[in-house]
Amino acid sequence: MLETKIHNLNLKNPVMTASGTFGYGEEFADFIDLNRLGGIIVKGTTGERRQGNPYPRMAETPSGMLNAVGLQNVGVETFCKEVYHRIKDLDTNIIVNVSGSSIEEYCKTAAMIDELDKIPAIELNISCPNVKKGGMGFGVNPEMAAQVVSEVRKIYHKTLIVKLTPNVTNIVEIAKAVEGAGADSVSLINTLLGMAIDVEKQRPYLSTITGGLSGPAVKPVAVRMVWQVAHAVSIPVIGLGGIASAADALEFLMAGAKAIQVGTANFIDPAVTIKIIDGLEDYCKRHGINDINDIIGII
Amino acid sequence: MRKYITDFTIVEKKTYNDTYFSMKLRHPETLPSIAAGQFVEVEVPGNKHVMLRRPISIHDVDTVANTLTLLVQVVGKGTRTLSMLNEGDKLNLVYPLGHGFSIEGGKVLLVGGGAGIAPLLHLSKCFKAKGIQPTILLGGRTKSLIPIQKEFEPYGNVYFATEDGSLGEKGFVTQHTMFSTNYDHIYTCGPTPMMKAVARFAMQNNIECEVSLENMMACGIGACLCCVVDSDEGHKCVCKEGPVFNAKRLTNWINK
Ligand SMILES: Cc1cc2nc3c(=O)[nH]c(=O)nc-3n(C[C@H](O)[C@H](O)[C@H](O)COP(=O)(O)OP(=O)(O)OC[C@H]3O[C@@H](n4cnc5c(N)ncnc54)[C@H](O)[C@@H]3O)c2cc1C
Ligand SMILES: Cc1cc2nc3c(=O)[nH]c(=O)nc-3n(C[C@H](O)[C@H](O)[C@H](O)COP(=O)(O)O)c2cc1C
Ligand code: FES
Repeated sequence: MLETKIHNLNLKNPVMTASGTFGYGEEFADFIDLNRLGGIIVKGTTGERRQGNPYPRMAETPSGMLNAVGLQNVGVETFCKEVYHRIKDLDTNIIVNVSGSSIEEYCKTAAMIDELDKIPAIELNISCPNVKKGGMGFGVNPEMAAQVVSEVRKIYHKTLIVKLTPNVTNIVEIAKAVEGAGADSVSLINTLLGMAIDVEKQRPYLSTITGGLSGPAVKPVAVRMVWQVAHAVSIPVIGLGGIASAADALEFLMAGAKAIQVGTANFIDPAVTIKIIDGLEDYCKRHGINDINDIIGII
Repeated sequence: MRKYITDFTIVEKKTYNDTYFSMKLRHPETLPSIAAGQFVEVEVPGNKHVMLRRPISIHDVDTVANTLTLLVQVVGKGTRTLSMLNEGDKLNLVYPLGHGFSIEGGKVLLVGGGAGIAPLLHLSKCFKAKGIQPTILLGGRTKSLIPIQKEFEPYGNVYFATEDGSLGEKGFVTQHTMFSTNYDHIYTCGPTPMMKAVARFAMQNNIECEVSLENMMACGIGACLCCVVDSDEGHKCVCKEGPVFNAKRLTNWINK
């Protein structure tokens, strides 16, 4: 009833977890059966180990939060040597979010992940707004976005998902550019660039001053962008941004997303993904829907 | 240690003053074992301005009655909303989180300040269970900001330091006569400047020292990497590798 497909990936259901909000999955194993998920997008992984930005790196804002983690991660080598072996036998799609600050770095990481049997896809993060040197530059410009995607496409042979930043004037233009460069799917949205000030201390909450906004606050922006992109490209779209319930997930599916990801909501309820899956099933039953694909893109 | 997500019931609430209150929470079945220094992530019900859970230390544990107690200082919107809950209300917790204190023998000093007093009660009970009688030194600006005093008495020798002299000796905990080199282990939780001063003293005098940090958190389970401390081995998640750290791992942080 809930099975869906993203390029060559078969998903048990459209519910995946968003990169940077679900660790390597292991952190949630006490709360949910990870094998029930449609997929897990693991932490953003770079060519070398990264420390990320200085503390403080988060602030709560109305119906959302700002973060400036800045891609702290163990680096692709440690991922392949250690982390991969701990998670590879999960019965779900494990997808690595690949980040970088140069085309060479993206390609190095993608090539190493390509060798891992149990990783059927990567999600190329051309959109992280936190890292001063990289990310942002690629995702906001159609030519640069196309360039990094076509270079990675040359060396990466499995499903290539490209994750888009919402911090652009025309997201459709970027989506079409990465489709033209060989992406198999696009996921959107990454965090919206934001800022918050502690007026008592008279300074910004984040060490980096600005950071990425996520959570329910961004959802209407994300639904709008998913709807625009789904109508403009022919590759499957993965929707995310503020999803915390089955009803939220359904909005994205109806707007044209073939699958969705849950991010910040995992912090509030570590079992939320399972509730969303059960809620989707319940919705289908109540509405006499035999195949979730029947409601995808109906708007 | 396995983590859970559970609805507890508030069975007892005490209000100490304008800023401090405690809540005793009953588990629906059997409480798992909880180490001193571990914390819970509390869902704040009924306040649309509070989205994320709030990290609160486990103040006391009763494995017979299956209850745990939280001691909370009202500092903002989430803690204020919690202070308005009543006996009978439900509270959803993700717990037990983090890595607690080691319970090491010899002569032991516990130093607490402000809401940092909270985890020291469960800690002093754990020492008592091992036959160790710690010296307990609690500090604050003034008497009313040291919410619980008598509760500690059965578990150790209790002393106070207040900046205005309204309770115990006048001054900071680090100026108290009981704050000396006469210990094998010092355990501390409280405001950052206090913990740094205590840790610096311990390190200079080769005393083992553990500090419990209170960084801002989003997930509390090691998934978001928001809560890091700049340890000597790089950024470490306070929620997962801490909140209790041996001071030797934090010389960067202590000296900053
Ligand atoms: C592991 C851990 C254990 C804790 N144990 C206890 C405890 O036992 N009892 C207790 O009263 N408090 C404890 N705290 C602190 C508590 O989590 C915060 O005071 C609380 O989250 C504030 O929420 P709020 O919505 O009331 O404040 P907000 O409205 O979010 O903020 C109000 C003010 O408090 C400050 N603040 C918010 N969070 C923190 C924090 N984590 N540390 C320092 N300042 C903060 C903000 O910068 C702001 O100035 C603990 C924190 C951690 C990380
Ligand atoms: C703490 C945190 C860390 C994140 N890290 C990454 C990352 O490493 N790579 C990435 O592509 N997106 C990252 N994101 C963005 C999320 O994957 C997601 O796109 C965004 O948060 C919007 O979804 P949400 O509102 O459901 O959280 C991060 C978000 C948060 C809150
Ligand atoms: S609060 Fe999320 S990793 Fe510590």
